Amino acid sequence: MSNKDIHEDSFQYTDPDKVEKIFSQYPDKRSATLPLLHLAQTQGGYITSAIINTVAKLTEIHPAEVMDCVSFYTMFYSRQQGTYKLQVCQTLSCSLNGADDIVDHITQKYGTQPGETTSDGKFTLLKVECLGSCGTAPVIQINDDYHEGLSIKELDILLDSIP
Amino acid sequence: MSTFEPVLTSNITKENSHTLDFYQSIGGYSAIKKVLSMSPLEVIDVVKASNLRGRGGAGFPTGLKWSFVPKDSEKPIYLINNADESEPGTFKDRLLMNKAPHQMLEGMIIASYAIGCHTSFIYIRGEFYREYMLLEKVVAEAYENNLLGDNILGSDYSLDVVIHRGAGAYICGEETGLIESLEGKRGWPRIKPPFPAIEGYLQCPTVVNNVETLSCLPHIITRGADWFQSIGPEKGPGPRLFCVSGRVKNPGVFEEPMGIDLKDLIFEKAGGITNDNKLKAVFPGGSSSAILTAAEAIDVKMDFEELAKKKTMLGSAGVIVMDETVDMVHACLNIARFYAHESCGQCTPCREGTTWLVKMLTRMVKGRGTLKDINMLFEITDNIGGLIDFSKGSYGKTICPFGEAVAWPIRSFVEKFKDEFIKYLPQEKVAA
Repeated sequence: MSNKDIHEDSFQYTDPDKVEKIFSQYPDKRSATLPLLHLAQTQGGYITSAIINTVAKLTEIHPAEVMDCVSFYTMFYSRQQGTYKLQVCQTLSCSLNGADDIVDHITQKYGTQPGETTSDGKFTLLKVECLGSCGTAPVIQINDDYHEGLSIKELDILLDSIP
Repeated sequence: MSTFEPVLTSNITKENSHTLDFYQSIGGYSAIKKVLSMSPLEVIDVVKASNLRGRGGAGFPTGLKWSFVPKDSEKPIYLINNADESEPGTFKDRLLMNKAPHQMLEGMIIASYAIGCHTSFIYIRGEFYREYMLLEKVVAEAYENNLLGDNILGSDYSLDVVIHRGAGAYICGEETGLIESLEGKRGWPRIKPPFPAIEGYLQCPTVVNNVETLSCLPHIITRGADWFQSIGPEKGPGPRLFCVSGRVKNPGVFEEPMGIDLKDLIFEKAGGITNDNKLKAVFPGGSSSAILTAAEAIDVKMDFEELAKKKTMLGSAGVIVMDETVDMVHACLNIARFYAHESCGQCTPCREGTTWLVKMLTRMVKGRGTLKDINMLFEITDNIGGLIDFSKGSYGKTICPFGEAVAWPIRSFVEKFKDEFIKYLPQEKVAA
């Protein structure tokens, strides 16, 4: 990618006020990197190179430094995910309380392996590490919401109710 | 002990306990009125006298941490509320944020005032989106009521609070990793010294305190250091939120005095073991602590010093219970996989070592291990985090304590349940 491409490849935030508000909260520009990436991903679903370049320009750092964050943090996605991300916690307390069965069940139900998206683009199954809700294991986070202590039956009812 | 009344969680079951109206109805924000009439130094002295130790994991004395901030700093000073709760087995901060967010915020104002900070951050883990949304409202409510912003409650003290979302990285719970992350970088921990109190966020003096630590402050100010000091053991007193999870009937967060018997936590508070099975092993302080066998666990107090004597730690007070149905090799692999996934990759012993551990343990559960592998597990853990020998203090092979956080638990699994590891070896290899 030449320098010219970097500058032409840009992304527009639909709500520039939010961008401004983010910058107003920090004493320097670079600290806004994570919030700007979160905001962009909410808008675009995943982080594209256009987003990386735009965030880099806004925060006055190199696109590689933004990429550094995108690849480091698990919540930033570099490719399209399903409409619903089924994030099953697999760390010890959840694992001791049936998390593996949940993964197996979803795998069978939708024919997707962890990391895969259903062919209609509706669900992506993800195995994640500790979600910090070990007391209500097993825990599955669907997009932003935690669903705690679900049996397979309850999980089925929940999943089937998603339009 | 039976007279103990919950302090931090006394109102969490009440309706609307998260609102400002409710918090003020139970006397909330009276501590900051008191604090604003004191000098910052006096506030630090009260907290020092209370012997409050950090609730995030390391247990460092809070007042002492504050006192490292230079008094004549020309640079701005920052307070960061570490709400990146991600230690496996720990789920207390989320509860405090959901049910008593103003208590935490009042604690932040007190801490900020004490260290001379005018911009404070809440670094909340990215997955806690609902909690983030709630905190946005809570902070806005505080601004509207002159509890934040310019000239708080008519004083000449001003404070802004900014909520910053993480994006999924365990290492950002480590204070210098957190600071790097807040600066818009990947969460690679820094070499200490300089300590954050001297050079932290944007190279300015910075104090990082945990949600529960901060939540203790309004009570210390209101009821006094002596009251706090009178709860539990002298060297680490106060109420503590113990999280019990795993194979128990009634998992949850239990607020108890420091120093409660681990046995009581498991068998009384958490209702005993699932299906009345036999207890096998326990993580006393999150997955970074060395595990205790059943025999050790029923005879130990949940206190910094007592657990250190058993060569483990109180850490984040996240108790994970394993019963007789738990396969210790699989459990060990589960923990190793967590650390391999979360290693930030900065230091070679940790980056390579955690991957090796997962490879070896996977090989072992598939029945392809050898006797040599068991010794190799010890060797690798020693390379990542040093030997578990508190007397020699032999740690420090990695920049941050993540190395020890992997090495101690994994080593304890192999050491204390070696039989189970040997059972996984193919018979001919054991004979050889």
